[in-house]
Amino acid sequence: MPKYHLTLTVNGEPREVLIDPRRTLLDVLRNSLDLRGAHRGCDSGDCGACTVLLNGRPITACMALAADCEGMAVLTVEGITPNGSLHPVQRALVDKGGIQCGFCTPGMVMAAVALLNDRPCPTAEDVREGLAGNLCRCTGYKKIVDAVLSAGAER
Amino acid sequence: MSTVVGQRLAKLDAPDKATGRTVYGHDVRLPGMLHGRILYSRHPHARVLRVDVSRALKLPGVKAILTAADNPSAKFGYGKDNTPLKGEVVRSRRDEVAAVAAIDADIAEEALGLIEVDYEPLPAVFSAQASLQAGAPLIHEEQGSNLFKQYRYSHGDLEIGQRESDVTVEADFELPYVAHAAMEPSVVVAAFDQRGHLTLYSTTQIPFLLQRDLAEALGMEGSEIRVIQTAIGGAFGRGLDIYPFEPIAALLARKAGRPVRVSFSRSEEFLAAPLRQPAQVHVRAGARRDGALTFRDVSALLDIGAYVSWGSVTPLVMMETTASLYRVPHVRFSADCVYTNNPITGAVRGYGNPQSTFFIETMMDRLAVALRLDPVEFRLRNANRPNEDTPQGLKITSCGLKECLEAVAARADVESEGTRAPGSQGGRPGLVAGLQAPSSHLKRGIGFASTLNVGGGARIYRSDGCGATVKVDDFGHVSLITGSTEIGQGSETVLAQIVADVLGVSLQDINVLNSDTDIKPWDVGVHASRTTFIAGNAAQLAALDARTQIFETAAEMMRVTPDKLAARNGHIVVMDGELPATPARSIELSKAARARHFREGGQVISGEGWYDPPTRLVDKETYKGNISATYGFGAQMAEVEVDTETGRVRVLRLVCANDVGRAINPMAVEGQIEGGTQMGLGYALTEEVIVKDGRVLNPDFLDYRLFTTADMPELETIIIETDELLGPFGAKGVGEMGGTPTAAAVANAIYDAVGVRLTTVPMTPERVLQALDQKAAH
Repeated sequence: MPKYHLTLTVNGEPREVLIDPRRTLLDVLRNSLDLRGAHRGCDSGDCGACTVLLNGRPITACMALAADCEGMAVLTVEGITPNGSLHPVQRALVDKGGIQCGFCTPGMVMAAVALLNDRPCPTAEDVREGLAGNLCRCTGYKKIVDAVLSAGAER
Repeated sequence: MSTVVGQRLAKLDAPDKATGRTVYGHDVRLPGMLHGRILYSRHPHARVLRVDVSRALKLPGVKAILTAADNPSAKFGYGKDNTPLKGEVVRSRRDEVAAVAAIDADIAEEALGLIEVDYEPLPAVFSAQASLQAGAPLIHEEQGSNLFKQYRYSHGDLEIGQRESDVTVEADFELPYVAHAAMEPSVVVAAFDQRGHLTLYSTTQIPFLLQRDLAEALGMEGSEIRVIQTAIGGAFGRGLDIYPFEPIAALLARKAGRPVRVSFSRSEEFLAAPLRQPAQVHVRAGARRDGALTFRDVSALLDIGAYVSWGSVTPLVMMETTASLYRVPHVRFSADCVYTNNPITGAVRGYGNPQSTFFIETMMDRLAVALRLDPVEFRLRNANRPNEDTPQGLKITSCGLKECLEAVAARADVESEGTRAPGSQGGRPGLVAGLQAPSSHLKRGIGFASTLNVGGGARIYRSDGCGATVKVDDFGHVSLITGSTEIGQGSETVLAQIVADVLGVSLQDINVLNSDTDIKPWDVGVHASRTTFIAGNAAQLAALDARTQIFETAAEMMRVTPDKLAARNGHIVVMDGELPATPARSIELSKAARARHFREGGQVISGEGWYDPPTRLVDKETYKGNISATYGFGAQMAEVEVDTETGRVRVLRLVCANDVGRAINPMAVEGQIEGGTQMGLGYALTEEVIVKDGRVLNPDFLDYRLFTTADMPELETIIIETDELLGPFGAKGVGEMGGTPTAAAVANAIYDAVGVRLTTVPMTPERVLQALDQKAAH
C-alpha cells in the first residue's frame, strides 16, 4: 500500500512521518512518534484513555484517521507543560488521590485541560459532564472530580 | 503522632502516571519483538477436523504459527483441564485454535484470516441446568460428568431453625456475567534468552504462582522462568490464574526465536478474559418475632464455563456471607459448579461476595419488612460482634459492624445535595412503599446493606505468606523489596509508609521494588484484600530488623545501649524515656549506615521479614475453619429515585462506612471504597456481559455500561477505626468491601421507593418496569 506523508505539529514541534494511510492518530503517536502517554483502552472511542487535543479540541485519538489530521496541531499529555513539570490538573490529581492504576489518567488529564480551557472555573456539574467520556475503573471518580475542581479554582 | 502512618499522602507512583511516563504492558518494546494474535473457535462446541496454516505461513512477515500440535503435554489451569491451543475439540467460542506471530499486528491479523479450520459442530449446552441433565453433551469427556465440584456446608439443624421461625421468606436469584473491565486490556510479552530461560512481562496478580503454572504448562522448570510485572492498568481479580494467552506467547516466542507480545483488543478482553460466573440461587431464611434470625438455606448453581478457573472457588466466600456476618444458628449452604460451553469464569473483586451479599442482604430486608422492624435495628440485633467465634469457625477479632451500621443510619435523614425532583418526597421515606405523593412518577427510597470480608489475608493456598527485605544505603535511602504487587490500589505507598514510620524517614526516602520474581521474595499474590495486612506486616518486620541493625551500630557510635535509641526525622536519636535526651544526642541515619558498611568486619544493612498469618485452610469436608486472621466489616446506605414511568433508577446518594482497623493512608482507603462503589453501582444497575449461545453480544464499552462521572451519586465515605491487634499499625484489608454491599443497598432502596423486589441484577429500567407491572397486576 502506498505510504502517506503526514505533517503534524505535535506538542509545538513540526513532525513528518511516512505512514500506512490506514493508521489512526493513536497509532502514529504511540508507534511512529514514540509518545506513549495516550493509552489504548478500547480502540473504539468509548473509554477516553487516548484523549488528546486536536487544534485545541479534545478527541479520542483512536477514532481519528491520522491522514485526516494533516497540518493540524496535536497536544498530548507529554506536551502540556514545557519541561515535563506537573500541570495544575496533574498536581491536583496527584495530591488529591485521583490516580490509582493510572491507565486512564493521561486521557483524563487532557479532557480536564480542555474543560478548563473552555471554562476556567467550572462547577461540579460541568466537570462531571466534561469528563463523562473518560472511563475510570479504579477511583469512583470522586477524587478526580474534586481534583479538577480544585485545579480550576486555583487558576 | 506519626508523620507518615495515618497521613493522607499522595501515591508514590502518581506523578509518573499523571505525566504519561509509566510503562504499561502495551508500552513494552523489545528488540526484534513480534506481535502475536490468536484465532478463536467459530463454534461453542465442535470437533476440529482440520487446521491448515499453509497459506498463512506463506504470508511475508509471518514468523511462527502455533496449532495444538505445538502444545506441551501437560494440562494447566486451576482445574488442570486447559491447553494453550485446542486440538481435537473446541469447548467454547473463546477456545484458541491457532496463533500467529508476525512482524506487525496487521500482518498477524491478516494471517489469522488465511488459516483454514474445518469443524464438525457438536451439541452444546449454555446453562448450568441444561448441562446437568441426563444425556447432556459432556464438556470434558474424560471427566465423565459436567459437574466439576460440589460444596456442602451446614451448621445447626435446619429443621429446628424452621420450626422456631415466626416468619419465613424465600426467593430465587439470577446473577449475571460481569467483566473486570480493567482499563488496560490483558497483555503479555514473552522473551527467551540464549540459555532458553523465559522472561515474561505480565499483568498478572500472582507472579510466583504463575512461574510455577507456566513451568508446568511449558514443560520447563520454575527456576527457568522470570516474571516481570509491568505497571498494571487495573486487575480486580483478572490476573489470578494462568490463561492460555500466556503460554501461547511463550510458545510463539520459542518457535520464532524472537520476543512476542500478545495484546488483547477490548472485544477480545470481553471474550477471552475470565468473567464473574453467573449463578442461580435459591434462598430461604427465617426469623423469630423478636427479631432473632433462625435459619438460612441457600443453594446455588454456578456456570463456570468450558474450563475451570478460580471462579469455581467463589462458593467459599459465598458461604462466609451466608454463615457469618450475622448470628444465624442454623445454616445450610450448597453450591454446584458446572461446566458449560460458555466463556470461562474467574473471580472479580469481592470473589463471590457481591453475589452473596446481594441475596443475603436483600433477604435481610425482606425479613425486616415481614417483622415490621427497622432494617438497621434488625441488622444490629443479629450482627457479629468483636471477639466472637462464628459457627463456621471464623475467629472475629476487631469488629466495627455495629459502628458502621450506626454511622450510615445517622446519615439517612440528611437531605441529598442533588436537586429534589418536583413532586418527590424529601427527607426519610417510609419503610414501605406508597407513602409518597401519588401524583409523582418519581419515587424516592433508601436502603441499607452490610458486608463482611476477609481483612487479614485468606488462606486458600498452603501459604498465605509474603516476604520483604528492607535495605538502607550509604545515603540513608531505603529500598523496600516486597513480594507484593502494586496493581493500582496503592499498596506500594502504604507499605512505604509503614517502613518510613519504623525507620523514622520520610516517604520520599523510600523506593519500593515489587515487580520482578528474580529480585523480590515470595508472595502468594494480590487478592483477598490481603496486601496491607499481610505484606504490611512483612514490611514492618523487615523494617524493624533493619532498624535493629542500625541501632546496634549507632549505639556503639554514641556509646549507649540500643534500647535507648529511636529513629526520627532521618536521625538516630538517644532517648530519655519517651523524650529525646538532653543535651540532644543524635546522628544521621546515613552516617550510621556508612559506619556499619565501612568499618572493619562491616555488614550490610538488610532487614528481612516474612509474615504468614495464624490461619488455616478450611476443612475439606466441612468447609469450616478460620481462613483469615481478621475480618473487615462495612455498611452502606443508598438513596435512590425510581421513575415509575420509565423504570429508570438513579442513585442520588451512597454513604459507605467501613471498619478498616486503622487507615494507614485515609486517602487511599477512601480511594478503595469509592472505586469499589463504581463497580458495585455497575453491578446494581448497568453491567452485564450478555452471553447467548456461548457468544458475547456486548463486547465493548458502548454496550457494556460502566458508571461514568455523570452517573455517579454523591458519595460519602466514613472510615471506622477499630485498631486491629494483629494488623500493621492496627490496619485490616479494605480492597474489596467498597462494592460488595452496593447492589443490595440499591435494591433495598428501590423496594423502599416503589415496593418491588428485584432478584436479578443489573436492575435495568426494563426489569424495574416489569416488576412494577407485576405488582400492579396483583
